[in-house]
Order: sequence, then C-alpha cells, then structure tokens
Amino acid sequence: MKLHTKCAHELHDLLVSKEISATELVNDVAARLEDVEPKVLAFVTKTIDEAKAAAARVDDKIASGEKIGPLEGIPMAIKDNMCTEGVPTTCSSKMLHNFVPPYDATVVRKLKEAGSIMLGKVNMDEFAMGSSCENSWQEGTRNPWRLERVPGGSSGGSAASVSAGQAVFSLGSDTGGSIRQPAAFCGVVGLKPTYGSVSRYGLIAFASSLDQIGPFSRDVRDCALVMNAIAGHDPFDSTSAPIEHPDYTTFLDQSIKGWRIGVPKEYFGEGIDADVSETMQKAMKTLESLGAELIECSLPHTEYALPCYYIIAPAEASSNLARYDGVRYGFRAEEAEDLISMFSKTRSEGFGEEVKRRIMLGTYALSSGYYDAYYLKALKVRTLIKQDFDRAFEKFDVLLSPTTPSVAFSCGDRLNNPLQMYQSDICTLSVNLAGIPAISINAGFADGLPIGVQFMGKPFEEGRLLQISHAFEQATSCHSQMPPLKGGCAE
Amino acid sequence: MRDFDFEIVMGLEVHAELHTKSKIFCGCTTEFGGEQNTHVCPVCLGLPGVLPVLNEKVVDYAMKAGLALQCTIASFSKFDRKNYFYPDLPKAYQISQYDLPIAEGGYIDIEVQGEKKRIGITRVHMEEDAGKLVHGGGSLAYAGYSLADYNRTGVPLIEIVSEPDIRSIEEAIAYLEQLKAILEYTEVSDCKMEQGSLRCDANVSLRPWGQKELGTKTELKNMNSFKALQKALEYEIERQAEILRDGGKIIQETRMWDENKGETIALRSKEEAHDYRYFPDPDLPPIVISEEWVERIRKTLPELPQARQVRLVESYGLPAYDAAVITGSKAMADYFDQACTAYGMTLPAGQKVDQKGQERAKQISNYMMGELSRRLNASEKGFQDCPISPENLVELLTLIEGGTISGKIAKTVFDEMFESGKKPKTIVEEKGLVQISDEGALASVVAEVVAANPQVVADFKAGKDKAVGFFVGQVMKATRGKANPGLVNRLLMEELKRQ
Ligand SMILES: [Zn+2]
Repeated sequence: MKLHTKCAHELHDLLVSKEISATELVNDVAARLEDVEPKVLAFVTKTIDEAKAAAARVDDKIASGEKIGPLEGIPMAIKDNMCTEGVPTTCSSKMLHNFVPPYDATVVRKLKEAGSIMLGKVNMDEFAMGSSCENSWQEGTRNPWRLERVPGGSSGGSAASVSAGQAVFSLGSDTGGSIRQPAAFCGVVGLKPTYGSVSRYGLIAFASSLDQIGPFSRDVRDCALVMNAIAGHDPFDSTSAPIEHPDYTTFLDQSIKGWRIGVPKEYFGEGIDADVSETMQKAMKTLESLGAELIECSLPHTEYALPCYYIIAPAEASSNLARYDGVRYGFRAEEAEDLISMFSKTRSEGFGEEVKRRIMLGTYALSSGYYDAYYLKALKVRTLIKQDFDRAFEKFDVLLSPTTPSVAFSCGDRLNNPLQMYQSDICTLSVNLAGIPAISINAGFADGLPIGVQFMGKPFEEGRLLQISHAFEQATSCHSQMPPLKGGCAE
Repeated sequence: MRDFDFEIVMGLEVHAELHTKSKIFCGCTTEFGGEQNTHVCPVCLGLPGVLPVLNEKVVDYAMKAGLALQCTIASFSKFDRKNYFYPDLPKAYQISQYDLPIAEGGYIDIEVQGEKKRIGITRVHMEEDAGKLVHGGGSLAYAGYSLADYNRTGVPLIEIVSEPDIRSIEEAIAYLEQLKAILEYTEVSDCKMEQGSLRCDANVSLRPWGQKELGTKTELKNMNSFKALQKALEYEIERQAEILRDGGKIIQETRMWDENKGETIALRSKEEAHDYRYFPDPDLPPIVISEEWVERIRKTLPELPQARQVRLVESYGLPAYDAAVITGSKAMADYFDQACTAYGMTLPAGQKVDQKGQERAKQISNYMMGELSRRLNASEKGFQDCPISPENLVELLTLIEGGTISGKIAKTVFDEMFESGKKPKTIVEEKGLVQISDEGALASVVAEVVAANPQVVADFKAGKDKAVGFFVGQVMKATRGKANPGLVNRLLMEELKRQ
C-alpha cells in the first residue's frame, strides 16, 4: 500500500482498524523520504531511528486496546526554526549549525503529546528570510512538481516534504507569506493562523509581531486536525490569545451557500500572471456554483504593504538576531583579537547575504534620527492596512485572492534580485501586517505547476476559512494529485 | 557653597533591585549568591525561541515605589528594547521602558543643615538586570579571558531618575538616604548596597553662579556605597572645576568611579556613545493599569519615613534629631514603635502622650541611639535582629522606674540581656540583683560602715565632702551594689549628723 500518498485522517482509520501498524506507516513514509530526498533535498536533520521507536510505542498502545488520537502515529516534519529538545535546530544557518536546544517549542510539545511522530527537521531560508528556500546554509530544496523550480519560501522544506510524500503533514512559519506561498508553489494546503492563536514559544524569532506557526497538509481536513492539536493559549507566550478554540473539524462539510466573498481588486492588477488570473476566475465560478456571491471590493492601502513590511520585519529581525554573537552557543569565528572583533567576525562569517541585508536595513530603520521617518511611519501604515481589512470584513465573510502572482519560478532566477524576490510575497504580506488568518489551497495547474488560491478571514475565524476551503476542495479534484516524482536518481 | 567658584548641578539615577521571589520574565529565583549559572533557564538566558512573560508582582512593586515617591502612575505603559552588544546581556538587548514609564513626576523632600528642599523625580521605570562578567587576570584591561555568570540576568530592577535639582554633595547624600529609606519602608527593595541591590549613577555639571544654561555634564557610574558616592562626587567636582578654572572644556562622557585608585576614569565619550535603537518590544503586550489596581497598591503603602518622623515628634515629644535618626531605618523605627506599644503607649493619630510618657519615650530613644546601637554596630547587626526585644527593653526600663534595680545594676542586666536574650526579670532573679530599699536593713549597714571609719567621720566634720562618697561606696560594696542609692544617701546624712 502506498501509505505516503494518504492523508492523516485516512491513515488514522487504517491504524484504528488495524489494517496497518504505526511501524509500517513510519517505515513506508521514511522509505519514501529517503527515496526522493536526493532530488527534493527537503530535510536538514533526520530523526528516523527515534521515529521508529516512537511508532513501536504507538503500536503497543493500539495492541493494549487503548484509543489513539487522530494524529497519533502520523509521521510529520518540523521546520528547522522550531526548537526540538535534543535535536539540532539550525534555522538553516551556519550561525546555529551546532545548536541543540534544551527545550521543545510549545507546538512541538503539543504534537508529541498528540502522538505525532517527527521524521526530521526541514529546510528553510536562513532565519526564515526568503521566498525560495535557496537562502539556506544547506543546499536549496527543490519543487517536487519540477525539480529545477523552487518550492517557495521560507518554509520550502515544510511544503516540499508534504507534497513529495516525505511526511504526512508539517509545520511551517509565516512572517510575510512563508507558509502560503510555498503551499501554493507545491500544491498543498497551508494555513497561516491569526496572530496569537498558535504559541510562538520556541519558534526562533524573525519578526516577532508578524511570525506565526501554521500547518501544511495534503487536504483541508488534516489542516483542521493539526490546528486542533496546536492552537490554544500558552502561558509562555504573552502574545498568545487567551481564548477557547473550537473543534476545527466541525466546520468541514458545511455549506457556504449565501456567503459573500470579497474580491479585492488590488490583488488582481498587473504583475499577476495570466495563468494565475485564469485559475482564479475558474475558482470563483466554482464557488458561485456552491452558492456563494463574489463581489469586487477594495483594500486601498495594499500598495504600501510591501514597503511597510520591509521596514517592520527587518527592524524586529535586527534586534531578534543580535543575540547570535558567538558568546554562548552556535558558531564563533576563529582568531578574533578582542571582544568587538569576535562579535563582528562571528556575525560576518555566520550569517548569509540576505540575513545581513535585512539586519542592516532594520538597524538603519531603528537608528536615532531615522526612527520617526521609517519605523514609526511604517507602524502607522500598518494600522491603515489593518483598518482596510476591518472595513472589508464588515461586508464580507472572507476575501479571495491569488496566493502568488506566478507559479513557482526557476532556481537561481531571483537570487540576485532581492526586489524581484520580495515581489513574490505581494499577495500575502498584508495578512501578516493585519494579523488576520489566511489559507492557501490548490486551485489548479498551469503547465504542470500548482496555483494557489488564498482565502483571508476575520481574526480567530480559521474555522470559516477551513469551511470554504473544504467546500472548494470537495468541488474540485486538484488536491488529490501527487507530483510525478519518481524515487532514486534515475529521473 | 557660595564660596565655591561654580554652582553644582546634579541629578541621580538609582537602580534598585526589586524584592520579588522570581525574575521579571521567568520563574527563576532572584536569590543572591548561589553557584554560578544555577539560577537560570532558557528564558533568562535568552536562548533562541524563548519569549518573556511579565511577572505581575514586578508591576505591583514598581507602582508601590512610584506611589511612595509621590509619582503619577501611568494608565498605559509598555516595555521597549534597548539594543546593545555586551557579553553579559544574553539577548543583546535589555527589556526596559523608554517613552512610557510606569511612573512619572514625583519628588522627595530632604533636609540639609536645617534647610528643607524638594528634589523632583522625573520617572520610575522597570527593567531587567544583566549578568555579571568575571575577568580572568584581575581587571578588565589585563584580562586574559572573561567568564559570564547569568544568575542575575532578568532580576527585576526599577530605575529612579531625579531632576537635576541637586546642588551639593550633602544634598546628594540626603536624597539617596531618603530614597533608600522610602524603598526600605515600602519593602520594595532590600537596598543592600554591598550586594548591588541599590546602585547609584550621577550626572554632574558645573556652571558659573548666575548662569542659566547648564554646563557640560559627565555621567558617573559604579558608586555602590554612600562613601563612594561622596568621594566620587568630591573628586569629579574638583576635576571639572580645575578644567574650567584653566579655561578648558568639559567633555561629555561616561566616567567610572575606581574605588581603589580614588578617581573617576573615562569609559566612553559622547562621540562613540551607543545608539540604543529603542523600539516597543513586540513580545510583550502593553501594560494597562486600572484605577482599581492603583488603589489596591496605594492601600498597601506603609507610613513613610517623613510622616513617621513627624509623628514621633508630635506624639511622643521626641527631639527632632532623635526622630530623624530613629526613622532613618525602618527596622529601628519599628523597634521604637513596638517598645512604645509594650509600654502601653499606642496612640491614635493626633494624640499626644503625657509628661511621664514623654520621659519614657526619651528613655527608649536614649537606649536605642546609645548603648543598643553601639552594641549592634559592634556585632554587625541591625535592629531587625536585635537580641534584646522591644518588650524586654521596656521591662528593663520598668524595673528601673519602679526602683526594683538601680541604674548601675541595670547596666549589668542590659549586658546579660544582650548576650543571652533573657528577660530582665529572669536575670535579676537568677543573680539576686533586686535593689535593697528596706530602710531598717540599710540603716544597720550604714551604721556599721560609719562606726568602722571614725577617721573619715572626722574628715566629714572638717568639711571634706568627699567623705560622703567614700561611705556610699562602702555601703554599695557591702550590699554588692544592690542598695537603693537615694535611700543610702538619706540614711547616711542622718547617721553622720548624729555623730
Ligand atoms: Zn529564568
């Protein structure tokens, strides 16, 4: 049985009915992982021995007649910026190449408690800065649909591993689109939850006020199951919301008849590829056929999202990344003469180009004399962008847009053109600035490459995003396709 | 100070460690000492991925300090990051408060040489402490290596910034004394300067008398005792004065007080000063403080030192000097109040004890400021761990007042009380020290002594007054000091007249 092509809820049924064992499942997915890994290059650290031991424990539990949870025994991958006790957590940076955290991130702890089994830590753009997964100290991850294309970033490894069948689901983090853009490029489901609905404790910070952890999955039901496991208030994260979360699976299989869906015209302007526009038109038709009403609307401050984001995110990053100074852990440069040269050599040699670029941008934006003109101004723009959404959600249940302006681009294509690279997140950035939830699901293909549709919702209304995504998914068939990826090095 | 060429302008920045059990953003203990790097966790070490969670007790304490310093408590306050690189700062930023501190606009009243003065408090803000570096090879300059101890990182501090209202070293000392007393009274900080829980920096500038503009200032750091503050200010004021007298210019810089060398040393000049790149900490939501919260904290405020000083003068008729000394330390003031209670002199506000009560209060004060302070200092103790309880001191005073023991015997009893902590009555009974006031018994001793010394009687008759003293001494010797001295005197005069 090709277990690695199945969703978590299907595998759960097989485990409960004892048609398969957790050991079989882990072995099958691990074999697939190893089989395609030389091509996909999704993993930075593999923990397959530990995974097999964990699978045996789940089997013992099943054998003893105990009930298992919906994610128990299910193999997963974790983005390498979430701390895992005793397992290296590098942020795909030379700076942390030898860092082994003494504690688990809250999401990791919760998934362990839910019985999910980690197969390894997956690749990303260094410190989550990038949109192609090429800014890694390791080799860049490839798009399973076409290997010379990027998987998107920064959670490229998380998206590619699920798409390629190397894990049933995974966690990524989204600061400006880092879950949704790779989900779209790799043809999987990617949810960026409301800021504060999933604990950030143990997520190695890039931009604290924008970062949010979320799931990658093969279908919407799995996405709901993972949300059930990871959402919730965490006393270790002061920005996590003290609210009760619903059972997210209760939103599935519910009609969206009569829903009003806003279509912000700013997301359909020039710069959006014809293939993408066409697929969006088809998606809107599908939703209409499900009884929803699609209405054009406007988010007038959208054009300021990109500059606003590229002030705020680097400003916070410059502060968050200051702790990597070679004093206590991680990389330390050799042959420094004194303290200052140790700091500066360590940071020069330990960080990659994009990280250094953003640290410099952020340091400049916060420095005295420029703070008011850049950082403070950006905060004001951020408020305007948030107000755009508040106003839109007075009228609409959700908003619809493409997730990305184009399909996955070629490896190396935009590496030397940071501004062009930044453009690939143009449809996703505003959501992080506003703190609202958004999901990307596969809406079709162009030339064999997936195209994502994005639904944006009111704060803490992930349930409604899952509801519309599930309805859409049921009405189409694209999510059941797997990339034409063969194992080994024969292809 | 008019005889000095310049007017001195100073402001103090005082860091006080808050007396909470756990750190400001994690659950680690704030206990002083302990093996290096044992009071630490991923959060206070600033490991990748960790987040701070504010200890609400810290806000309570900071508000209490703010209220005790007559400040306005902000209804909306927030934490900011102060970014700079140093190995003792694990995150390379300190979580502090910048433009919205917890409390602003207060004051402290001081008195220097009988003159009262008000020193403004600009602000009180909360922040986390950094770690400590131990330099191998002695001093920083010659260190071959440095080791970091992070036990102190994340210990909660408040910084209290004064207005530049201080005009003399005496005022600076008086301000710091008063501030220390207020923080001790409110139990916001234990103020142990020797353990670094109270640290003082000073901004110092000079200007010609009558000039309005401020002179260029220097910032003095690392003064951790009153003596150091005094000496550092003396040195720095004279250093600046010399430069100005020679027509030179003061460089705006940070200087460190070197205790061993007895001088201030330049640390860094303004040109290379830090740009801290303050910005709101995105990991910590703003602090919203309700009226109710402020009132709840206000209710926990104790009587503050100055109010207490006034009360001791008004209620017990204590001299102002005594009241000032006693209220200078909370433990001492508490001791005094407990002693008055033991004497049955607990007073409702505004009431005054009678003449007898005033004498008793003065007796307590005399013992506390005299013998008791001397003995406590010698044994390096404070009033909070005085071996003689206030109740026992009052019992001793009652024994003297009632004539049970003489003042001389009282000294012996006092010594014994201090050594053993026993009750005075027990000591008097055990040692048989009760005063002999039995007239008949004493009269016969007096008669015997007089009869045995005819030569001295003759001297007395010849007008030598010293003779009386000799007889008193003899009677005391015969009674082992227990004779009631007043009674002995009267009986002696009667006996001598009869001769
Ligand atoms: Zn700690």
